[in-house]
Amino acid sequence: MSRETETTAVRQEHGDLPASGADVEHSGGPRQGTAGYAPAVETSTEAGRIRSVLLPAEQRPTPSGALSGSITFGWRAMLKIKHIPMQLFDVTIFPIMMTVMFTLIFGGAMGAVVSGSGETGGAAISEYVQFFIPGIFVQTLIMITMYTGLTLNKDISKGIFDRFRSLPTWRPAQLVGALLGDQVRYTLAGTIILTVGFIVGFRPDGGVAGVLAGFALLLVFSFCLSWVWTMVSLLMPTEEAVMGVSMTLIFPLTFASNIFVPTATMPSWLQPVVDANPVSVLVTAVRELMDGTYDAASLGLVALYCGFLVVVFAPISMYLYNRKS
Amino acid sequence: MSPSPYAVEAHGLVKKFGDNTAVDGVDLTIPRGGIYGVLGPNGAGKTTTIRMLATLLRPDAGEALVLGHDVYSEPKVIREQIALTGQFASLDEDLTGIENLILLGRLLGFNKQAARSRGLDLLEAFGLSEAADRQVKKYSGGMRRRLDIAGSLIVTPELMFLDEPTTGIDPRSRNQVWDIIRTLVAGGTTILLTTQYLEEADQLADRIAVIDHGRVIAEGTPGQLKSQVGAGALKVRVVDPVQREEAAAVLERTVGGVVVREKDSAALSARLGEDASASPSLAALEEAGIAVETFSFGQPSLDEVFLALTGKPTEAEDNNDANNDGRSTAAAAAGSGGAA
Repeated sequence: MSRETETTAVRQEHGDLPASGADVEHSGGPRQGTAGYAPAVETSTEAGRIRSVLLPAEQRPTPSGALSGSITFGWRAMLKIKHIPMQLFDVTIFPIMMTVMFTLIFGGAMGAVVSGSGETGGAAISEYVQFFIPGIFVQTLIMITMYTGLTLNKDISKGIFDRFRSLPTWRPAQLVGALLGDQVRYTLAGTIILTVGFIVGFRPDGGVAGVLAGFALLLVFSFCLSWVWTMVSLLMPTEEAVMGVSMTLIFPLTFASNIFVPTATMPSWLQPVVDANPVSVLVTAVRELMDGTYDAASLGLVALYCGFLVVVFAPISMYLYNRKS
Repeated sequence: MSPSPYAVEAHGLVKKFGDNTAVDGVDLTIPRGGIYGVLGPNGAGKTTTIRMLATLLRPDAGEALVLGHDVYSEPKVIREQIALTGQFASLDEDLTGIENLILLGRLLGFNKQAARSRGLDLLEAFGLSEAADRQVKKYSGGMRRRLDIAGSLIVTPELMFLDEPTTGIDPRSRNQVWDIIRTLVAGGTTILLTTQYLEEADQLADRIAVIDHGRVIAEGTPGQLKSQVGAGALKVRVVDPVQREEAAAVLERTVGGVVVREKDSAALSARLGEDASASPSLAALEEAGIAVETFSFGQPSLDEVFLALTGKPTEAEDNNDANNDGRSTAAAAAGSGGAA
């Protein structure tokens, strides 16, 4: 800073005295009077270049609408993946680890319970895989939705957040676009889990159509659930705080569910709670779809939860987004 | 086109964060065209004021018209005509330079191709073509600033907010940014600039509002502000510190006022009255056979103005003793030039 002050000090100290050799120290820029601003002189071609590139007001396009704005923010999310492929680490390695660990290590014991036969070992593992893969599929994606909040919180702490909000665009576009972009991450993670699942012997009765239907349902639910994390990210001051709150919510949601074991194995007082858990409802619907059964009641319940999440948390998120200081 | 002759008309703006009143009744009237400087130390409420005017924050009280439109009821119309360059580079660090501009261009309504060509044109004009495909996190501070400003010019704003545009960049980049700002004003854009640097406000702004503790404590042209603290200051540095007392005696006689012994053992300064001239003092010093290294006469600096207005020095002066050293060295150069 000291040099900066120095060059200016030259001019200030100089006051209204005639120009002198001291001005040489003033590095670049047009010379001007002490008081007020003198128009820029064409001393550098840069000034001319900048002037020539200014857009006349009448050529200003109409700002992007809801759809194109959201798509543009989705495109930004894709670029982020391109530039920081490491951020896909959590969506690739984590699901593989979970799937392999739970099937190989717990599979034998769990399978004995799930099948009711009491037998452990290979057959039990295979039995458990059929039960477990749709569950871990749901759990992994739900855990990944959390990163939506982390990413947004990081954005908010940077100057770019102000820039976006100062644009004449449809305001929710930044949030909707980020969620749309995250669908790509969810799809990638889901594909990996299912692939690992098939390798360890997952053979759903619903075939390709059933699996795709289950996948689609899960993506819809993830989109809706993401609004919760969006809200959390706007409420919490730091990324760590977002992570803490999200984890605290996700653990009971996913473990107090029918992902790992059937509800019937739990204490009777707990069963209604676990059955009402939206994650259990979702897992049941996904299992049914992958098994080739289409239960309107299960799907309806999932739709109800989805609707609830969006109707409640999207407006809260938008409110917070607009008021964020 | 809005008929309002003012870029900003704000009255009694208030913003509180919990118990902390960040902005405490700010009034601003900013005509269209030219550069308006908002000057104040860290935490004075500059950024909060700008964020309210840029429709990013809702004021708790007060009224504000930006380009003739109400910040409460017409934020979208305002957003169509303003651009904001934040205190921290308002860019996506993970994306490349061109990707940042395409992103903003598309949000502003260009299709992908048009946004790209607009972005490339801007990069070229700002001397960033070579860095187009580099991630912004690998840019230098000065490059970021230029890209940031380029991002505000995808469509030409009527009013551009520049929040501390040169904080944390090197002097050369700072001069480039100053040139860019002057160019924009020549193109018809109104600039509202915040700064902690008195020099910057003095260099650029047509009018300045000095903000402290969330209030405007002074407003006017740089010249008017300076005249509030007196006409001017004479600074002398003798070659041999031994002769300082002798020189002080000479000055006391010629100036007819108090002569201040500076920390620098060879330096003296004196306030001059309204119509006083400096030349008799120089002649008297020469006559007395005192070798003078520096002899300078100028208007008081804005630092002095700020000190006079708030009763305390600015942060910049507080934090950085090197400033003062730099100042006296520069004064030496200027003074000897002026005396020659």
